[in-house]
Amino acid sequence: MAQFMTLPEAVAQNLKSGDTAAFEGFTHLIPHASAHEAIRQGVKDLTLVRMTPDVIYDQLIGVGAVRKLIFSYAGNPGVGLLRRVRDSVENGWPHRIEIEEHSHAAMANAYEAGAAGLPFAVFRGYKGAGLPGVNKNIRAVTCPFTGEELAAVPAIRPDVSFIHAQKADRNGNVLVEGIVGVQKEAVLAARRSVVTVEEIVDDLDAHPNSCVLPGWAVTAISLVPGGAHPSYAHGYYPRDNASYIAWDKIAADRDTFLAWMKDNVLDARPEDFADRVKHLRSAA
Amino acid sequence: MSDNGFTSNEMMTIAASRALKSADVCFVGIGAPSAACNIARLTHAPDITLIYESGTIGTAPNVLPLSIGDGELCDTAVTTVSVPEMFRYWLQGGRVTIGFLGAAQIDRFGNINTTVIGDYDAPKTRLPGGGGAPEIASSCGEIFITLKQSRRSMVDKIDFFTSFGHGEGGDHRERLGITTKGPTLMVTDLAVWKPDPVTREFTVVSMHPGVTREMVQAECGWTVRFADQLEETPAPTETELKTLRDLNARTKAAHSGGKSGEAA
Repeated sequence: MAQFMTLPEAVAQNLKSGDTAAFEGFTHLIPHASAHEAIRQGVKDLTLVRMTPDVIYDQLIGVGAVRKLIFSYAGNPGVGLLRRVRDSVENGWPHRIEIEEHSHAAMANAYEAGAAGLPFAVFRGYKGAGLPGVNKNIRAVTCPFTGEELAAVPAIRPDVSFIHAQKADRNGNVLVEGIVGVQKEAVLAARRSVVTVEEIVDDLDAHPNSCVLPGWAVTAISLVPGGAHPSYAHGYYPRDNASYIAWDKIAADRDTFLAWMKDNVLDARPEDFADRVKHLRSAA
Repeated sequence: MSDNGFTSNEMMTIAASRALKSADVCFVGIGAPSAACNIARLTHAPDITLIYESGTIGTAPNVLPLSIGDGELCDTAVTTVSVPEMFRYWLQGGRVTIGFLGAAQIDRFGNINTTVIGDYDAPKTRLPGGGGAPEIASSCGEIFITLKQSRRSMVDKIDFFTSFGHGEGGDHRERLGITTKGPTLMVTDLAVWKPDPVTREFTVVSMHPGVTREMVQAECGWTVRFADQLEETPAPTETELKTLRDLNARTKAAHSGGKSGEAA
């Protein structure tokens, strides 16, 4: 059964150095507050999994918390490249991370296989593409019925998945709405899960077919209003596109990056996120 | 702005938009493809189904999204599905008629690289990677591509096969067991290109107003083939230009909103 606790407690209890961790969110509901808490706690040597690593993985990699990245698109969507990821891969600063690169279809299928308790995912993909030549975890299986050759990748089974969601009820049931991405799969594929929410309510008021994670399938829940910023929480505040654009300049220079991280992450607290979305709320 | 009263980028977006029809189900790449697809929807193809890989199906954004997952896409969609469902049922299931892609680097056969410049293990520039593109390129009925021409982007040999176009040309797709058509159209800021029916090499079939063969060649890294019957791309109509400029103005206003980045 999900336990309610502060975010520092939830991260301390569920994320250890050396873990394989997924901080998922497909543009929407990206768990920024959780990633910042992980950075403050000084966790190291992580294997990070995510389809679309963006600003938070740029930050985790830039502070040297990451050993390996498993991903399918490492960019700042609509803005450009991830400069801290590039500095690590191209120049080895602060160290060179190992990368395991897939396509979105592969990652989505691999999360689903993880949630389904299967050892691998099978799909029609990678035909003619270069990734199978550089990633030994992309292999092929032959359909026993038709003889068709299909792509196979290992299931994703994180030690812990972090997601952000709109709300939880007092029994710990979690509602995810809008662009739901792979959040449900990421939680169900993981051994442990931490969910930050915008609010805790008496009644989720959910449609019968809504994306609800029952409280008994979640490990920890922390109330962190604004915890997705500068990503967004549908119905609460919109994406702060200006911050994503600004990140490109901040991340371009090592010293600027480190100074920003000190001011906005190391010297900050989860409660600060509420202030960061105040000016956005009217536009939600 | 050229003396024509429109820019080459505007011409590119509008020429690309004209290739889309109301009956199409189109998987939209971010950037230039997104603008073209929405201009089509706002002009001659009002019933087109636009799909973004974040799971939004039948979306009709009022402003262009900065990312493939902006809330605007979900708010205006017929439905929003999970990302695994998007890639399994809708894309792999064969429901998408057109995939519209951009490219960092492309060769004459429509093979695209958005992964690395240089060697994969020691890249000169690490690009974002493929995202959905490898399977979009093989699962959509056909592929349209749009990009601004330059010798850096249109190269003789791409550094990495992020997504497969026509490979080495000819029947290479069929030989790999790929049953979809692959790239059938490329629209640049200078010209409209279509693959040769036999060799599959992209061939210029139409040049935009005021563009010469020399201009097309100057911004392309391989020796350009021109069709025997070379046409001139019709200039943007007033309606097309106004629709595009209004969309761009709305988009710019929306994305610069809010206090910028004091705590990203």
